[in-house]
Amino acid sequence: MASFGYAAAIGAVTCAAMMWTPNASAQDYKARAWAASCASCHGTNGRGSDEIPALAGRSKADLVTVLQEFKAGKRKTATIMHQHAKGYSDAQLERIAEYFSQQPR
Amino acid sequence: MPMTRRGFVKLVGSAIAVGAAGLSGCAGSASGPSRAKVVVIGGGFGGATAAKYVRLWAPDIEVTLVEPNLNFVSCPFSNRVLGGNLKIEQLTVGYDKLQSVRGVKLLRDRALGVDPRARQVKLASGQSLEYDRLVVAPGVDFIYDQLPGLKDPASRERVLHSWKAGPETLALRRQLESMRDGGVYALCVPRSPYRCPPGPYERACQVAFYFKNHKPRSKVLILDANEDVQSKKGLFMAAWNGPYKGLVEYRPNSELLDVDVRTMTAKLQFEDVKADVLNVVPPNRAGDIARQAGLVTANDRWCEVNWQTMESVAARGVHVVGDATLSAPMMPKSGHMANQHGKLAADAIIAALTGRAINDEPIISNTCYSWISDREVVHVASIHAYDPAQKTLVPVKGAGGLSPGPTVKEGEFAMGWASSIFADALA
Repeated sequence: MASFGYAAAIGAVTCAAMMWTPNASAQDYKARAWAASCASCHGTNGRGSDEIPALAGRSKADLVTVLQEFKAGKRKTATIMHQHAKGYSDAQLERIAEYFSQQPR
Repeated sequence: MPMTRRGFVKLVGSAIAVGAAGLSGCAGSASGPSRAKVVVIGGGFGGATAAKYVRLWAPDIEVTLVEPNLNFVSCPFSNRVLGGNLKIEQLTVGYDKLQSVRGVKLLRDRALGVDPRARQVKLASGQSLEYDRLVVAPGVDFIYDQLPGLKDPASRERVLHSWKAGPETLALRRQLESMRDGGVYALCVPRSPYRCPPGPYERACQVAFYFKNHKPRSKVLILDANEDVQSKKGLFMAAWNGPYKGLVEYRPNSELLDVDVRTMTAKLQFEDVKADVLNVVPPNRAGDIARQAGLVTANDRWCEVNWQTMESVAARGVHVVGDATLSAPMMPKSGHMANQHGKLAADAIIAALTGRAINDEPIISNTCYSWISDREVVHVASIHAYDPAQKTLVPVKGAGGLSPGPTVKEGEFAMGWASSIFADALA
């Protein structure tokens, strides 16, 4: 079970929902909603398309590293992601990365 | 609106049924009279996305999409059709996958009225639909009151807006093709807010691209009611002063007062401008059904919403998404934004129908690509996060921004964007 430090904060998650959710971890609805914003370019649940890379099923650590590099302006190839990544706190980026890491490729 | 006892019983019943069947998709499907019903009016970027995401995230909720058109046609990139750089078929997507893959019920019908008290939608076919939650996604319609010359629908077949992609896009392309070399194409831009802030300027670039290659003595004249270019100003001005120098003329503060269709003349305050092809985008407002449903609350034009849920401030249980909303500060009316609204509404609807807490910290984003030439593209991006103090979505400071200049690489990403967002909304 992933260490969801924020799970307790998701007040409305029912016991039943926790049992049914994949990976036996509480569904982080807020992260899912934030990640859905990324899907406009990266595809539903981060499946990717054409030139735009997939996010689904990549390791959380890798995703966090890349997002932090975008946010810090360290990725020379960035066209737009450095502008998007700056819109989120570190904690928000972590939760979004966690969500995509759990999606099937 | 006070909740009726019937409505309360129905909603609680729905919530229990949905909860018991499981929203995570592991349990078997629920059925029966207590299954929660969502109706979506309008299958554009906002409505189609809302329909899809309710089904994606809560397969036990029944979703009916009411859309009169056979296919979705994307407004984004439709200016490329005018430039001769894309076929409209590449912007056309059917609704079949929403039905076959997502289980959305599609009704090829037109919504004529909404009764929020009875929670009913009346359709042109005579049928009525009951809903527990309604999404109204009508896009924009046009205000012709101040343009007497265009009141007659026949005149609007000669002076086109082409601000809804489809037959008018192709008709305007034919007008440009028939125009003599040395002619003037004049584009009248309405006062903000209107659908797609950079759209008129991209259109000017696409028509200029066509003229440069096929009718080099011709001219693009932008008659803008606004005092300045409304989006990506530096990037567009660089194109008009660079590759399109001598082809494009930009005139700010040029509000259109009337049109003489017979002579193809745009009547401005201090001058009349005669064109060979006159293209008028009239002032925009929320689509007709929003007004009929009593959802238009701002300036007799737009629908105010709660930006945590997209729920109308005027009708409980009714969510408005896309261009019809009174935009949050610095939020453009774009297909990308509508797609984001649709997901925000879907999440809030599922939360309401299942009794879980709403997302009180929504964060949504905009990415808007504009085609400068056949292959070169620029973007503008912004992130909009909920501010509890202002009770609206506000742009995150320090985030977002523009391209440094047009590139082919961004053209490739733009095509990837289109593939992704079409599927994200419609598959």
